[in-house]
Amino acid sequence: MTHAKWETVMGLEVHVELATRTKIFCSCTTEFGGAPNTHCCPICTGMPGVLPSLNKAVVEYATKAGLALGCEITRYNKFDRKNYFYPDLPKAYQISQLYLPICRNGGVEIEAEDGGRKVIGIHEIHMEEDAGKLVHDPHTNSTLVDYNRCGVPLIEIVSEPDFRSANEVIRYLEKLKAILQYIGVSDCKMQEGSLRADVNLSVHLAGSEKFGTRTEMKNMNSFKAIMRAIQYESNRQINVLEHGGEVMQETRRWDDNLGESFAMRSKEDAQDYKYFPEPDIIPIEISEETIEQTRNSLPELPEAKQKRYVSELGLSEYDASQLTNSKALVDLFEQNLAAGCPAKELANWIMGEVMHMLSDSGKEPEEMTFDYGYLGSLIGMVQRSEITRNTAKKVFKAVFEEGCDPVKYVEEHNLRTVTDTGAVRAAIEEVVAANQKSVDEYRSGKEKALQYLIGQSMRALRGKADPQTVTAILKEIL
Amino acid sequence: MVITDELVTYLEALGRIKLPEESRAKAQSDLQEILQYIDTLSELDTEGIEPMSHALPLTNVMREDEVQPSVPTEEVLANAPVKKDGYFLVPRSFE
Amino acid sequence: MKMELKDLTALELGAAIRKGEISAVEAAQFSLAQIEKYDGKFSCFVTVQEDVLRRAEEVQKGIASGEYTSPLAGVPMGIKDNMCQKGIQTSCGSHMLYNFKPTYTAAAVEEIMKAGAVPLGKLNMDEFAMGSTSETSWFGVTKNPWNVECVPGGSSGGSAAAVAAGECFYSLGSDTGGSIRQPASFCGVTGIKPTYGSVSRFGLVAYASSLDQIGPIARNAADCAAVLGEIMKQDKRDNTSVATKGMDLQKVLHTDVKGMKIGIPADFFGEGLDKDVAAAIEAAAKQLESMGATVEKFDMPIVKYAIPAYYIIASAEASSNLSRYDGIKYGYRADDFEDLLDLYTKSRSEGFGMEVKRRIMLGCFVLSSGYYDAYYRKALQAKALIKAAFDKAFEKYDLILGPVAPTTALKIGENLADPLKMYLGDIYTVMINLAGLPAASVPCGFDAKGMPVGMHLIGHYFDEEKILGAAHAYQQVTDWHRRKPTELD
Repeated sequence: MTHAKWETVMGLEVHVELATRTKIFCSCTTEFGGAPNTHCCPICTGMPGVLPSLNKAVVEYATKAGLALGCEITRYNKFDRKNYFYPDLPKAYQISQLYLPICRNGGVEIEAEDGGRKVIGIHEIHMEEDAGKLVHDPHTNSTLVDYNRCGVPLIEIVSEPDFRSANEVIRYLEKLKAILQYIGVSDCKMQEGSLRADVNLSVHLAGSEKFGTRTEMKNMNSFKAIMRAIQYESNRQINVLEHGGEVMQETRRWDDNLGESFAMRSKEDAQDYKYFPEPDIIPIEISEETIEQTRNSLPELPEAKQKRYVSELGLSEYDASQLTNSKALVDLFEQNLAAGCPAKELANWIMGEVMHMLSDSGKEPEEMTFDYGYLGSLIGMVQRSEITRNTAKKVFKAVFEEGCDPVKYVEEHNLRTVTDTGAVRAAIEEVVAANQKSVDEYRSGKEKALQYLIGQSMRALRGKADPQTVTAILKEIL
Repeated sequence: MVITDELVTYLEALGRIKLPEESRAKAQSDLQEILQYIDTLSELDTEGIEPMSHALPLTNVMREDEVQPSVPTEEVLANAPVKKDGYFLVPRSFE
Repeated sequence: MKMELKDLTALELGAAIRKGEISAVEAAQFSLAQIEKYDGKFSCFVTVQEDVLRRAEEVQKGIASGEYTSPLAGVPMGIKDNMCQKGIQTSCGSHMLYNFKPTYTAAAVEEIMKAGAVPLGKLNMDEFAMGSTSETSWFGVTKNPWNVECVPGGSSGGSAAAVAAGECFYSLGSDTGGSIRQPASFCGVTGIKPTYGSVSRFGLVAYASSLDQIGPIARNAADCAAVLGEIMKQDKRDNTSVATKGMDLQKVLHTDVKGMKIGIPADFFGEGLDKDVAAAIEAAAKQLESMGATVEKFDMPIVKYAIPAYYIIASAEASSNLSRYDGIKYGYRADDFEDLLDLYTKSRSEGFGMEVKRRIMLGCFVLSSGYYDAYYRKALQAKALIKAAFDKAFEKYDLILGPVAPTTALKIGENLADPLKMYLGDIYTVMINLAGLPAASVPCGFDAKGMPVGMHLIGHYFDEEKILGAAHAYQQVTDWHRRKPTELD
C-alpha cells in the first residue's frame, strides 16, 4: 500500500566515539577489542574512591566537530551526572552534559528528496562517556560484563526533527561520517560501534501542523539496517493509526535478523535520570582564541572539496559528490593525484573498479587495506601501455583483495603487453593459418569473423597485446 | 511537601533499596520531619543568584591524552563477588 | 620510658625518633600495646594492620638512610576507614564493603607514607561518613574516651577517639559537614578541615564529592600543621585539587595573635546552644583578647539556611555516589535474588544501614524530576550566598570564632532515633563545607559533666597557617589540649 497521505518525521541522535588515544576520564587505551576487562583501571570500572580526570583531547575533538558542523561553541562548559542503574555502567551514572552542551545550533547540508539542497539542523552536541559491553552467556543463562569500552569518549550529535525520508537520513549520516573522518575526530566504524544512530520517528497526516507521538529506535549498526528499521517503523505506526490505534511513546530495539523492532520493556516505571552538576569535574572554559585556532586548523571539508573537484579538476558533480562522501576515497584520490595521476582517469578508476570491488566485497571504503599508491602505479602502467586496461582490472583485483604491489604482480605473472610487433605478427599469422574458415568468411564480408580472429589472436597472446595493434596487423595480413 | 506512602515506594525504587516493613512508617515520618525542616530554605530570597556547584572558581583542569598501562584483569576483578572467564557476571539482563 | 611516651605529641615523638632516643619499632610496639589495652573498651579500630612492625623497621632504616626526613617519620598513626589502602580492608563502616580490599591507595595516604608514617590500621566511622555519632557503623559503636557512655562524635569518631585514647599519635579523618571537627571537639583533641581542594580526594570513598575533604586529627595544632604539610599536595587524579602554598610549620609555631581581628557570628549563639559550651567559647574569646586579638560579634543571618542547603546537596551527591554499590563489582552481594533488579535491591537493602538508606532516599527526592529546581538548585544558590557572606566577613576579620557543636558529646543512643535532631547538631560545621573554607576544632574547656568543648576557628581560603598559628598560640597559654581522658588509667 502507499502512504501518500502520511508524512514521516525523524530526528537523529548520533553517538560517535572519538579517536582519542585514551578514555575520557582515565588513561586506559581506547583501542577496539582486546580480551575482556583488559583495557580497564579502577576509574573506568567505578571502584570506590576514584575520581574522573578529564582528557583534554576530548574537549578539543568535540570543539573541532562542532565547528565543522557549523555549531556555536559554548564558552563555559559543565558536565552533569545522568543517574541510572545498569550493569554496563559501573558507577551507575554517566558523566554527560545536560545543561551546557559544548555545541549548539549547527547544520549539515544534504541533497533533499526533490533534488534541491536542504539543511538538517543540529540542535546540540555534548560530550559523554561510553558504557561497557554486555555479553549473553547461554551456559549460565546470565550476562557477562566487559568494561573495555566503558569510558571511551563519545559525542552525541542531536539533530532537529528535520528528516522526511529514510534517504535523507542516510545522506545525512554519510555526510556526517565523512566530515568527522575528514577532521580526524573519529574513525566512524559502524561495525565497531564507533558511529551509532538512534532514530526518533513519528508519522502524521500530510498537511497537519502537529507531529505524531514518536518512538525511539536503537541498535541499528549499518546504513542498511537503518533504512530497513525506518521503513518498518514508519509502516508500523501508520498501520497502528489507520486501525484507530495510538502510537505509544517508547524505545524500540531493532532486530536486523528478524527485520522487526520490539518495544524495550523496562521494569522501572518511569526513567528519572536525576541529573545534577558533576561535582568531580570543574567547568571548562573555551576561549575565543582556541575557537579561532581550531577553526583555522580545520581541513577542507567535503562541501568545499566537492566544489573544487568540479571547478578545478573538471570532475562531474556526481563523481565529486560520491568521492568526497568518504574520507578514505578522498585520501585514495588525493594521494595519487599528488603523485601525478590524471584526475579524471583516477576518478574513473575509483568510481568504477574501486566502487565495484567495494560493493562486491561488502566493504566500506575505510576498510581498504592496500597501499593507496598502488592504484596510481597501476593507472600509470596502463597509460604507458605497459599493460592493457583489461589486464589492469585483473591486477587491481589482486591489489584490492591481497594488497599486491601491481608492478611486481605484473612481472611475476608475466602480464606485460607484448610490444615486439614481430612476435605479435608471428602469433597472428599462426592464428590466421589455423583458422582458414574464418579468414574465408571475413574475406566474403562477414565482419563478425574478424572479431573472432582478434579474440583468438588475443588469447594466443594471453591478453598482453594492445588490441588495436592486433587489429591493425590482422587486417594487414588479411 | 507531603511524604506519602507512594512517594516512599517511588524513592525506594529510584534508589534500588527496600526498607524493612517494620521501619517504613518511622522512615516516612522521619523523612517528613526532615523535609519540613529543609523546606524552610524556601524562605531564603535567592532571586538572581547564580547556583554555585564549585566553591573555588577553578576552570580547565585537564589531563594530557597519553596512554598509561591498564591494570591486570585479575586486579579489575579482584573484589568481584562472582566472575567468569575475565568477566563480571550478573543475572540475565537482556530482554 | 613508656610513661613518657604516652604524653608525647606526634612532633615530640618524631623528634625523639630522629635523635635516636627511641626507635620507630619501639614507638609502634607502644601503640600496638595501647590498642591492645584500650581498644576493647573504645572500639576505635576496625582493622589493625598486620605489618605494623615490619613497616616501622623499614621506616627506621629509611630515617637512617635519609629517605625519610619528615618530622613525623616513624610516628604511629591511624587512618579513617574510608581511605583506600592497597590490599587493606577499606569498608567505610559498612556491611556493603565489609570485604573490600582496594587495589590502589588514596593520595593522602600515599603522601603520609612518603613522610614515613607507620599506619596502625583503619579507624571506625559512621557508615559512609553519614552521621555525627559513629553509631551508624556496621562494626559497632566507638566509645568516647572521656566517658564510655557517650559517643565520640562523627563521622570520624574512631579517628578522634583513637588520638584521645592515646592509641595513635595522630590520625587522618575526613570532613563533609563537620566529621573531623565535631568528633575532635567531643574527644578533646585538635582537628582541621583544610580548604576544599587542598588535599586530594583520590582514594577517599566519596560521600558528598563537593564537600568531602581529608584532614588531620592530633593532640595539638602543631601536630595538625605538620600532618597537613605532608598531605596538602596537588594531585592530577583529582580535578578539584589545587596548588597551595604549602604549610610552613615554623610560621605556625611563631604566630602571634596580637593584632588579629576575630569575628564571632552573633547568630551562632542562638537557641539550642548549650550554656556550658557558650561559656567555654566566650572564655576562649576572652583569652584570645588577652593575647592581643580584637574580638567582636557580627551578624550572619544566613546561618539558619546552612543545614537545609547542606542536607539537600550532601544527600543528592550521596545518592549518586553510592549507586555504584550494587553487588556486581565488589562488596556485599545478596545470596538469593530472582533477577537483576532483585540483585540490586537486595544487595543494597542488606548492605546499607538505615541512615544511609534515609539519605539515599532524601537525595533521590531532591533530584527527582519536578523537584530539582525547588531543592537542589535552590541549595546551590544558598551555597553561593553562604560563600558570599563569609567572603564579606573575611574582608574584615582574620578569623571567625564560634562553637563547633551546640553541645558536648551526647549519650550513646540519644540521637539515633531522631535523625533531625542529629542533623541540627551540625549547624555550625556544615556551612564551612558549603563554602569550602578551612576550619579547626581546638579544645577550649569542659562542660559541667566533664566533657570536652571545642572552639571553632574558621579561616578564609588557604589560611590554614593562620588558623593553626592562632590555635598554637592559644595552646601555648592553655592546657585544655593536654588534659587526659578520665577513662584512661
